[in-house]
Amino acid sequence: MPAVSKGDGMRGLAVFISDIRNCKSKEAEIKRINKELANIRSKFKGDKALDGYSKKKYVCKLLFIFLLGHDIDFGHMEAVNLLSSNKYTEKQIGYLFISVLVNSNSELIRLINNAIKNDLSSRNPTFMCLALHCIANVGSREMAEAFASEIPRILVAGDTMDSVKQSAALCLLRLYKTSPDLVLMGEWTSRVVHLLNDQHMGVVTAAISLITCLSQKNPDEFKTCVSLAVSRLSRIVSSASTDLQDYTYYFVPAPWLSCKLLRLLQCYPPPEDGAVKGRLVECLETILNKAQEPPKSKKVQHSNAKNAILFEAISLIIHYDSEPNLLVRACNQLGQFLQHRETNLRYLALESMCTLASSEFSHEAVKTHIETVINALKTERDVSVRQRAADLLYAMCDRSNAKQIVAEMLSYLETADYSIREEMVLKVAILAEKYAVDYSWYVDTILNLIRIAGDYVSEEVWYRVIQIVINRDDVQGYAAKTVFEALQAPACHENMVKVGGYILGEFGNLIAGDPRSSPLVQFNLLHSKFHLCSVPTRALLLSAYIKFINLFPETKATIQEVLRCDSQIRNSDVELQQRAVEYLKLSSIASTDVLATVLEEMPPFPERESSILAKLKKKKGPGAVSVTDLEDSKREGGELNGGSDRGPDSGAMAASNASTPSPSADLLGIRSAAPIGAAPTSAGSLLVDVFSEAGPAAPSAAVNDDGFLRDLEPTETSDSLLVEGSGDSDSAPPSEDPATLLSEADELLNKFVCKNNGVLFENQLLQIGIKSEYRQNLGRMYLFYGNKTSVQFASFTTTPQLNVQTKPVEPLVEGGAQIQQVLNIECLTDFSEAPLLNIKFRYGGALQNLSLKLPVTINKFFQPTEMTSHDFFQRWKQLSLPQQEAQKIFKANHSMDTEVLKAKLLGLGTALLDDVDPNPENYVCAGVIQTKGQQVGCLLRLEPNGQAQMYRLTLRCSKDSVSMRLCELLAQQF
Amino acid sequence: MIRFLLLFSRQGKLRLQRWFTAISEREKKKIIRDMTTMVLARQPRSCNFLHWKDLKVIYKRYASLYFCLAIDNQENELIALEVIQRYVELLDKYFGNVCELDIIFNFEKAYFILDEFLIGGEIQETSKQMVNRAIEASDMLQETMEEYMSKPAF
Repeated sequence: MPAVSKGDGMRGLAVFISDIRNCKSKEAEIKRINKELANIRSKFKGDKALDGYSKKKYVCKLLFIFLLGHDIDFGHMEAVNLLSSNKYTEKQIGYLFISVLVNSNSELIRLINNAIKNDLSSRNPTFMCLALHCIANVGSREMAEAFASEIPRILVAGDTMDSVKQSAALCLLRLYKTSPDLVLMGEWTSRVVHLLNDQHMGVVTAAISLITCLSQKNPDEFKTCVSLAVSRLSRIVSSASTDLQDYTYYFVPAPWLSCKLLRLLQCYPPPEDGAVKGRLVECLETILNKAQEPPKSKKVQHSNAKNAILFEAISLIIHYDSEPNLLVRACNQLGQFLQHRETNLRYLALESMCTLASSEFSHEAVKTHIETVINALKTERDVSVRQRAADLLYAMCDRSNAKQIVAEMLSYLETADYSIREEMVLKVAILAEKYAVDYSWYVDTILNLIRIAGDYVSEEVWYRVIQIVINRDDVQGYAAKTVFEALQAPACHENMVKVGGYILGEFGNLIAGDPRSSPLVQFNLLHSKFHLCSVPTRALLLSAYIKFINLFPETKATIQEVLRCDSQIRNSDVELQQRAVEYLKLSSIASTDVLATVLEEMPPFPERESSILAKLKKKKGPGAVSVTDLEDSKREGGELNGGSDRGPDSGAMAASNASTPSPSADLLGIRSAAPIGAAPTSAGSLLVDVFSEAGPAAPSAAVNDDGFLRDLEPTETSDSLLVEGSGDSDSAPPSEDPATLLSEADELLNKFVCKNNGVLFENQLLQIGIKSEYRQNLGRMYLFYGNKTSVQFASFTTTPQLNVQTKPVEPLVEGGAQIQQVLNIECLTDFSEAPLLNIKFRYGGALQNLSLKLPVTINKFFQPTEMTSHDFFQRWKQLSLPQQEAQKIFKANHSMDTEVLKAKLLGLGTALLDDVDPNPENYVCAGVIQTKGQQVGCLLRLEPNGQAQMYRLTLRCSKDSVSMRLCELLAQQF
Repeated sequence: MIRFLLLFSRQGKLRLQRWFTAISEREKKKIIRDMTTMVLARQPRSCNFLHWKDLKVIYKRYASLYFCLAIDNQENELIALEVIQRYVELLDKYFGNVCELDIIFNFEKAYFILDEFLIGGEIQETSKQMVNRAIEASDMLQETMEEYMSKPAF
């Protein structure tokens, strides 16, 4: 039955639409529209009052013009007038215009609100629904102010028609979402929950969306909905396909409502009441069973509706993560879908399995599908399915299958779609590093990555390979050999040249014995790429060349020749020119000894988290990647010892004053005495300036974020933590000798996470005791230095880093004596690196130098917070952003004894909450970290699994960097 | 919840749009452009789901018309696909063998039917009978055809 027969033809509108459709060109269409707009404007402005019909017709035409993509800047007033018409169609068009073309003109909103108010009080259900739809569609704050108290009343009033209830529920939901502060909980809330029992399925369907949203925000107040939802679900699941009449959709009873019920249950932990829980588990089993039954219809709608419920049930099972049996069944079901002929199901199965892979119960079961997933990556026609397959491979990767998965991802990269290459590259790089046992495999993988997808290899990736090669001497020779071979390719990616230049410059000597890779061959190979490279790469190569002069004196003449030629020494790029000039000079005037010192091999980089992972997370947005064991994630925010993700360059920045190769390095060098992180400052390596890119400070700063800038200005309050000595005398002299950072420094740190007093350090000579106390964001630390020998320590100095105003300790420590130092500490913002303490003294003739991490960790600034189970779970839910949570599953390293665990958790500084977690085996803690700038609320949950000797630790904090840091710290404690 | 619903033709012409959250006009235009290019570029027999920013996009083609929904990340794709199907069924029931032209010429009806089915991005009523009854009731309130036909065309 065509619409016109329904009695509502607006002929003028139909004619206009036909006209538009007949326009041969865009210009003709615009002309026609302009004509119409002029016509309508003149009618609206005309002296003659328009009748309702005309007004409706013109408003409708304006709406049509708007939908064609043209801006409409008039007619709103006429539309508002239509609202008060007593003819239904006119009112309806008025509301439609407003809901589509709402204008935040407050004058108008007042008028609209007036009309809505009239319709709401009209007691005519059709008019009431129109008004409610309009509020729900516009949802502006002014409307919330006007109606937020009225609508709950309509919703729960006994005499409200079902259709009005439905509209009111969803209208209220919209207002609650836009202006939660204006929708006050009250007597109506308990009655809303009982709408779950309503006889009318439509009312339940509409109400449950509202209840779900309210439960997420106020879980405790709506707790009763759990048992109601379970019984409703159970009734639907067990009903025959015809019981629910029109609410049965292609033989599936109430699929929308079922999905909504299952989603509502995901707002809560598993039901505590055994009977309710039993009933729910039964429902979930029935749903899983139904998936195995033959379909009642061949129609895709039938299977979609059925599977929609199944996937939602699986989500709930994953959410509970407590029923191993159901988890494994879910995994098997998804496994079947992986091979289903419906692309949609394969896609969803891959997606769902990603979350399943992070559950300890089902991780192994997911892994059994590896071949199918790899096959999907290779053969799926649809890129979005392949992308899900790649995500799943990443999620299921562990040490046992890393080599296979990385190899498959690499081979997929060769043909991968451009849209996902960069992400794939990051994933491969992360997996390769995370699961590398054999570092030559790691080097191969990354070099392959550069070869296959060089354009997509970001700086973080190649910085990282260099850091790792420098830090691991067992792989250096192999790396040199491999880059040398890779550079043989006639066309190799510039990133390969960068890595090659850097590595050969450092470790070319390791392969120079072979005549096929003699120094000159190496140099010529590198130099053959020089002219094809960009300026920053050339700058890097020049630094590699000067390193060659040191490594291989026989290349000196050749390299000097190269440096001396006009294209270098008079290069128009100031950075290249300066390097050429300075390196040339350096190589001609410095003695071999000086050269050897200046150009010494790069010191190891401080062991830091991989910055690649951070990049991946940033790229994918919150929650897109599930990274459960984030030991290597990026810490953001202020850190005591400077930026967190430097390239391989910045570690050396401070040493750059040795050679002043570029203005930027010079600038940095002036203040380089400020200690940098844990980077032992070897006396100046020229590679320092390699990455300062095209010269002046700005570009190099850009590469480094603001990380190292903070290093340079240690007293700036932008630093997270200020360690202030109790005295006010002059700053400690800069160290002449590299301090040896104790390798076990991190263990020392870990020892003090849960306690404040004890022996911080001890060797044959010296014992350092520590006593500390913390209140709010302030702390005081007493350090006791005990001389264990019978001989006097001379020139005894201690330098807490970032501290420029330490009161020096007594320079002499008599044999057997002890001296004391007090540090006042204030936590300005959260941080993750502990401050360092340098200690130097002369014992006998020898200068002793050591560097310790002071056991100041973020948890020291905890204030315990007692709260009830209700409050806890409410807050827990509120902190549900994926980045707010950090989780780690790890093996127990210490006793799993209850009392020991409790003592540790209390030592942590949080309140240990009893009777919160439904499982009495679990531990739940809450606290607030006090920093000067802000307070960070933290919730902790520790789930021991005695049988497996494992823990699962989950942190949720209002600041994501804190979650990460705490998770990392605590994982070492148990 | 559903963030928006777009109907567009194979040529990328927009036929209907409903936004369930407040978005600026400029942003809307950009999204419409993104959606049409993205969906129209899909190969036949691809899956009906896409990730787009932090949303899931569900689309399905009926004859010459694409129906495209964006839903929150934690929502169920399959049930959203059936939201589209149900809306098409409702249109079909009302217009009788609905085609793109019906929606072009009676876009306001398409809106009214949608409003009976979805409010604020959530489902209000899943029963076809119920929705149709509501639409018919509102048609009954309208003036007779004769009354309208006697009015001037412009």
